[in-house]
Amino acid sequence: MDRLRKPEVLLALGVIMLGIVALYETAEIPVSPMYAQVGPTLVAYIASGLLIALGLALLAQAWRGIWTSPPEETEAGFDLRAVGWLLLGLVLNIGLIGPLGFIPASVLLFACTARAFGSRRPGRDALIGLGFAAVAYFGFAQLLGINIGEGDLVVSLLEGLI
Amino acid sequence: METFSLLAGGFAVALQPINLMWALVGVTLGTAIGVLPGLGPALTIALLLPITFSVPPTAAFILFAGIYYGAMYGGSTTSILLNTPGESATIITALEGHKMAKQGRAAAALATAAIGSFVAGTIGTIGLTFLAPPLVEFALRFGPADYFSLMIVAFVAVSAVLGTSVLRGLTALAFGILLGLVGIDLQTGQARFTFGLPELLDGINVIVVAVGLFAVGETLYLAARPKVQASVMTLQGRAGMTKDDWKRSWKPWLRGSALGFPFGALPAGGAEVPTFISYFLEKKLSKKPEEFGHGAIEGVAGPEAANNASAAGVLVPMLALGLPTSATAAIMLSAFQSYGINPGPLLLQNQPELVWGLIASLYVGNVMLLVLNLPLVGLWAKILTIPAPWLYGGILVFATIGTYGISQSWVDLVLLYLIGGVGYLMRRFDFPTAPAVIGMILGPLAEQEFRRAMTISAGDMTTFVTRPLSLTLLVIAALLLLIPLAVRLRNRP
Repeated sequence: MDRLRKPEVLLALGVIMLGIVALYETAEIPVSPMYAQVGPTLVAYIASGLLIALGLALLAQAWRGIWTSPPEETEAGFDLRAVGWLLLGLVLNIGLIGPLGFIPASVLLFACTARAFGSRRPGRDALIGLGFAAVAYFGFAQLLGINIGEGDLVVSLLEGLI
Repeated sequence: METFSLLAGGFAVALQPINLMWALVGVTLGTAIGVLPGLGPALTIALLLPITFSVPPTAAFILFAGIYYGAMYGGSTTSILLNTPGESATIITALEGHKMAKQGRAAAALATAAIGSFVAGTIGTIGLTFLAPPLVEFALRFGPADYFSLMIVAFVAVSAVLGTSVLRGLTALAFGILLGLVGIDLQTGQARFTFGLPELLDGINVIVVAVGLFAVGETLYLAARPKVQASVMTLQGRAGMTKDDWKRSWKPWLRGSALGFPFGALPAGGAEVPTFISYFLEKKLSKKPEEFGHGAIEGVAGPEAANNASAAGVLVPMLALGLPTSATAAIMLSAFQSYGINPGPLLLQNQPELVWGLIASLYVGNVMLLVLNLPLVGLWAKILTIPAPWLYGGILVFATIGTYGISQSWVDLVLLYLIGGVGYLMRRFDFPTAPAVIGMILGPLAEQEFRRAMTISAGDMTTFVTRPLSLTLLVIAALLLLIPLAVRLRNRP
């Protein structure tokens, strides 16, 4: 069972799974007889089939130990705490960018990321994040004409006040 | 002769003050991005793609080209001062250049890298100038079947020839092709791989994929690893290159340029291979091979030149055929699509002002880069002292702008982070990312050519092997795939 624990084996299984999901989804695409020749599914079948075949080949390589990661990868370990902080930042960003708007969500994302990279001063990080997000918002986004969202909740609150 | 007058017309475009400004912004931004480890031109151009909605195409491409060339210069600075390659093509520079820096010869290493980049960039651009028009003449005879086969060559070349593993390269390619299929099939109107989400009907935006793979993936990868504070070498001694350095550098510059350009121009793109070859060539030709590995200036000059010349070479198939052979070129291709411009052999005829303005701006940009990188290199080195917590915090905030700005949908953000997760796995398990980006952008185009070819041949598959050009290309693709396998089998005991 040790072999199952090898990350390469798991990754190869993941590739196969992805290929199977793609194959299943391809089979779900309705094909009009008008386009029977080169319909919407041909390339999709080729790509998902290819992914499954490549996944199997990767699995064989990983299983027999031909495919291994270099020691600097395996010995580096996995900093769960840091990745946890990073993921928290990403989830907060997804959840808050709509209601609160870009700048507050970015401040939290910035502070969480900084924490993930070892910073211990959340207040200072948040301030820098605020400055950075403001510059990015007013400089970059407005300049490029990207509508990045002011925050629905904030807008409706302001409207309520007026 | 015609080329010269066209090029002169290009300079008339590139030298307009507004376009000079775009070029300057591009090379400055490109250098800064190149200096930052882990950030490359592909990511930067992807983040700037929304600019295509508000500025004319010529300006946007002058900006993008400046970023592309600038990143090549900036990457070497990081390699020399930090011993962390700014990007994969500067691994060799890190090897020899960092040793030079340790001996207090950082200024000389940076100078030979910058001047070598200038020489190679200029030679490469000259190559582009004179190679693109005849290639277009040739490509005008291509039918859809030939084009399809050419794209197959590009697919195989970028995924099987480069990188450490044919299997992993092809897996990345297949993943990219699947990503490219998501959304409504324009020919049949059928939705593919949308999982019932209306947000996916328009397909996955290339910005999401590029930013996810390159920015979010890289950030996750670095966060998961133990944090080590790399020490930045300080620049000591104002003296740049000595007379002896010049004597030892100029031949490697020229040889590196001659090596790098064809590698970039052939659809066996990628800048890593020629830099390695250049390194071993210089080692072999050197009168003092014992210095290699301890800071030999030839080992910086040659590979740096090869790197930049191949960057110019990649633009040949990109501008003449509409065939991207690097992640950056693929993103530029999607910028063409965003303008509704069809890249391909007709580009040179239909958009001469754009293409020749772009080529001329490459000459201009190279001069700007030399000025930016020789006296100001100390300033760029300062970028390296930005603390990692703020750097990556800032990168993720920028990634949000690029992605959320597309349609203000949180679905895009979820997709961005999922693809970022894939990017992490690809980085951790050494899958190349370029084939994924190229597969995503070139895949739908290949499908389109395939359908055209099949319509012309009335559904006869043999059209791909009965047309001589198409057959030749398919044979080349098969050989590219089989030769590495055969070599590996022979080497196995």
